[in-house]
Amino acid sequence: MNVYSQVQSNRTRTYIIMALFMVFIATVAYIFGQGSGEGLSWAGLALIVSGLMNLGSYWWGDKMEASRKDNFDFYTVAENLAIAGGIPKPKLYVIDDTAPNAFATGRDPSHAVVCATTGLLDKLDRRELEGVIAHELSHVKNYDTRLMSIVAILVGSIAFLADWFMRSLWWGRGRDREDRGSSSSIFLILGIVLAILSPIIATIIQLAISRRREFLADASGALLTRNPDGLARALEKISGDKEVLEAATNATAHLYIVNPFKGKNFGAWFAGLFDTHPPLAERIKILRSM
Amino acid sequence: MNPFLIAGVLILILVVFIWSLYNGLVTSKMRVKEAWSGIDVQLKRRTDLIPNLIETVKGYAKHEKEVFENVTKARAALMSAGGPHDKAKAEGELTGALKSLFAVAEAYPELKASENFVQLQKELGDTEDKIAYARQFYNTSVLDYNTRIKVFPAVLFAGSLGFTDEEFYEAEEGERKKVEVKFS
Repeated sequence: MNVYSQVQSNRTRTYIIMALFMVFIATVAYIFGQGSGEGLSWAGLALIVSGLMNLGSYWWGDKMEASRKDNFDFYTVAENLAIAGGIPKPKLYVIDDTAPNAFATGRDPSHAVVCATTGLLDKLDRRELEGVIAHELSHVKNYDTRLMSIVAILVGSIAFLADWFMRSLWWGRGRDREDRGSSSSIFLILGIVLAILSPIIATIIQLAISRRREFLADASGALLTRNPDGLARALEKISGDKEVLEAATNATAHLYIVNPFKGKNFGAWFAGLFDTHPPLAERIKILRSM
Repeated sequence: MNPFLIAGVLILILVVFIWSLYNGLVTSKMRVKEAWSGIDVQLKRRTDLIPNLIETVKGYAKHEKEVFENVTKARAALMSAGGPHDKAKAEGELTGALKSLFAVAEAYPELKASENFVQLQKELGDTEDKIAYARQFYNTSVLDYNTRIKVFPAVLFAGSLGFTDEEFYEAEEGERKKVEVKFS
């Protein structure tokens, strides 16, 4: 499969996954609504509120716009790769953090944002930086950023809904509802089970999507620079650095070029299920063989 | 069923099909044009940087007249060249001339230390990257377009509608190492 059909199948898969996810959320919301005895009205409200909150979370944190004068390599490399990909130059930001990392976001190529940490800009040379930025721009070009923003919002919404449901049970005790039928209590039990399980299921889906996207972005990034060695060397350098990124949270981890929590390995067999990124060694091996 | 109705629907489908095929070809050709102007912009950027570079180097190395002349000549040739083939050739010559200019600069430590020179070197290096990437984008667009007009059924009428092969922009020298990328 070449990279062009990869992009196409990526888009198709996106729609399917999104549709399934929507069904999943609607079901969860319905059960919570029935279980708490208040119907769908608050579940709908909760969805909207949590969606807005998750969107807002992308814009928290310490960052500033990169300038051509202060970040010459970062700025020009991004400009060049935008030329290569035939997309507009993304907005560029620098996060003041010594851990080397970068991420991209934005719903389509004309609204793309690429962030790099000062640690990354200091430690990598121009060709290595090119590899990293190409990887990030590929996320944008393949519409991974849009997909992952939506997925992140949905996962956040699920967690939020579950939380809200549990709280409403706690505080709802005061206004006792004695007219509850047996069907309502089934929904109540279902709701509690789902409140525990659904955030975990949603997260596993999110992470599976995320890992798949990383390989694709590595490959199409290499197609953009025609120099897979640049990214391979960059990944080696980054993997040698044991610092943990302070600005990253669980909600944004999948957006980075490497897992921002690296080094915190549990060593258990199921740990791989909860990784946002495939193992670095494997990524480097594939890049070297291109 | 009315046979005329069936025939009419078939013709309509055919018309819509050819219509969209034609529009696809036009879009593809426009993309090639746009990609070409992308190369042009970067080549101009490069030629604009050169007088400044020559002035800076002259300040430290007055006696290297021949090198300056070569660069100036190559620059003028690039500015007057038209079409992918000629431009690529002129660009290759300019790259060669600039190489000898930078080789000369090696002999002047003060020049190498000058902030202006370092900045110009960075800008030129970046512009060369930009040209390489613009060329890559252009060639991809040309490949896409040339393929489109050669596949069936477009090949039947593309030629008579004025869709002809576009020229690739091929670098004279191997400035960037070509790397094979495989996707499985």
